[in-house]
Amino acid sequence: MAVTTTPKLDAHKLRADFPVFEQPIHGKPLAFLDSAVTSQKPRQVLDAMRDFYATSYSNVHRGVYTLSERATEGYEGAREKVRAFLNASSTREVIFTRQATEALNLVAYAWGLDNLGPGDLALVTELEHHSNFVPWQQIARRTGADFRMLPIDDLGELRMDLLDEVAGDAPVKVVAANLVSNSLGTINPIERLAAWAHERGAIMVVDAAQAAPHRRIDVQTLGADFVAFSSHKMCGPTGAGVLWGRRELLEAMSPFNYGGSMIRSVKVEETLWNELPYKFEAGTPAIAEAYGLGVAIDYLEAVGLEAIEQHEHELAEHALERLAELPFVTVYGPPPDRRVGLVSFNVEGVHPHDVAQVLDWEGIAIRAGHHCCQPLMTRLGVAATNRASFYLYTIPDEIDRLVEGLRKVKDVLG
Amino acid sequence: MSEFDQLYREVILDHYKNPRGHGVMEDADAEAEGQNPLCGDEVSIYVAFGEDGDTIDDVMFSGRGCAISQAATSMLTEMVKGRKASEVAGMPKEELLEEIGIPLTPVRLKCAILGLTTLRLALHKGKGTPLPEGLAELEDLELR
Repeated sequence: MAVTTTPKLDAHKLRADFPVFEQPIHGKPLAFLDSAVTSQKPRQVLDAMRDFYATSYSNVHRGVYTLSERATEGYEGAREKVRAFLNASSTREVIFTRQATEALNLVAYAWGLDNLGPGDLALVTELEHHSNFVPWQQIARRTGADFRMLPIDDLGELRMDLLDEVAGDAPVKVVAANLVSNSLGTINPIERLAAWAHERGAIMVVDAAQAAPHRRIDVQTLGADFVAFSSHKMCGPTGAGVLWGRRELLEAMSPFNYGGSMIRSVKVEETLWNELPYKFEAGTPAIAEAYGLGVAIDYLEAVGLEAIEQHEHELAEHALERLAELPFVTVYGPPPDRRVGLVSFNVEGVHPHDVAQVLDWEGIAIRAGHHCCQPLMTRLGVAATNRASFYLYTIPDEIDRLVEGLRKVKDVLG
Repeated sequence: MSEFDQLYREVILDHYKNPRGHGVMEDADAEAEGQNPLCGDEVSIYVAFGEDGDTIDDVMFSGRGCAISQAATSMLTEMVKGRKASEVAGMPKEELLEEIGIPLTPVRLKCAILGLTTLRLALHKGKGTPLPEGLAELEDLELR
C-alpha cells in the first residue's frame, strides 16, 4: 500500500504571519474561532496589496501606459492563479465577482431566467446557506418553476436515498448544494449529487465558500457545472469572489450586469457582448482585491491545502472530544471524518448570544446565530446555535480555552 | 465592577431566570409578535386593557431569546402595568434602557428593545391607531 505523507502544518509558526493575534482582547490573547464567517489576513497579503496600490495601480484593460499594463498583469495573473487553484481548463471559465453570493446570484439570474419554466424543478438542500437557497427560490417563483428541498438526516447529512422521491417525475433543471455546510461542517457528496443531476438532465451548482479555503477542489473531477467561492474566507481580502463555470454554459448565457468592459460593440439598434470571461465582468472590477486573492492562493499553496485539511481534521477531532466532556453541551453534525474544522453546538438553557458574549470576555470569538440557514435551524428545532470554526492558524489550546469558557457560561447563566 | 459583571448584573440575571409576566394570555385585547432576524430571538406580547379601554391592566410575554432580550422584556412588563396604552405606545427606548442600566453594544441594543418594539406594535394594533414610521416596517415584515 502506498503511503502518502503530508508535511504537517505548524500553526504556532503560521500565527506569526497574522498581525491580528498581536493584540489582546479584553486583556486575553485572541482565540479567533470564527474563521467560517471570514478568515484573518496574513501579512503577505496585506503587504502585497499595499505595494500593488503604491506601485502598480490603475484601471485594467484600458490604458496603454505602464501602470495600466501592470494593473492588468496583476489582475489577469490572479485569474491564472485561480484557474490553477481549481484545475480549470481555461481562464475563460474564471469570472471575478464580489463574493460567492454574487456568483450564485449570477447563475440564478443569468442561467435561471432563461432556462427555468413552469413545471421545471429547482432542487436545493436543507443545508444551504441563504445565498444558495433564496436566489433559486425567487427565480423559481418568477419563472413558475417548482422549488424543493432535499432533507438531511439527524447527523446533518443529505438524504441521498430520497433524491428520486423528492424529485418525483418533475423535469429537474438545476440542483444547488454546498460542498461543505457552513452550519454543521458536513462534507457533501457532490460527485454523487452531480451524477444524479446529470442523469436527470439538470445542471449542478456548487457553493464552495466553505470548502475552497480548507481542501483541494478539482473542477475537472468534481462533476459540478458551476462553482462559487469568496476570497475573504481564504486569507484574501473582501470584495472579491469567483464563479467558475463550464465554458459552453457560460457562452450560451446572457450577461448578468450590463456596462463597460462587457461589450464588444454598442449601437443604438444592438449591442454585442464581449468574450468570456469579460462578458460577466461589467464595470471596473475589484482590481487590488482580485490581486490580493491571487496572493492568498500563493500563501495557501505554500502551506499546502492537504496539510490544512489534515490540521483542521485533527482540530475537529480534538474539539468533539473535549466538548463531549461537557454534559450540558449538545453538538450537532456528523462524525469528524465527514466534517471540516467546524463545530456547531448549544449550551443547555443558555441562548447562543449569551454564550458568545461571555466567551468574548475571555478573548474567544465564536459565532452565535442562525448562520443564514433558517430552514436548517427549523430542522434542528433551535432558533440559533453557537459555532466554533477553525483554520490554519488555530491551535488546540484555543479549543481548550473554549471548553473552559463554556464551563464559565454554565456557571453564570445556566 | 468589570464591564462583564455589569452586563450580567444581578438584576438582569434575576429577570432572566425568573421572568415576570411570562406566559401566553388567552383572549388578549392586544397582541403582537416580534423577531430579531439577526439572532433568531422571538417574543410575543399580550395585553389586557382595563374598563376604560386604555389602562394596561395586565401584560404578558412568551418566546425565546437571549438573557438580554428576555430580561428586558420582563422588566418592561413591570414598567408598563397600570399605565395608559396611549402613552406607552409612544414610549421612547431610552426609558427602558435607563431601567436596564447597562452599557449595550449596537447588536445587543436590538435584543434589548425587541420587547418594547413588539409591545408598541401590539398597542397600536389593539387601539387601531396608525403605526408610526419604523413600526410600520415591522408590520410589513410580519405579513410576508
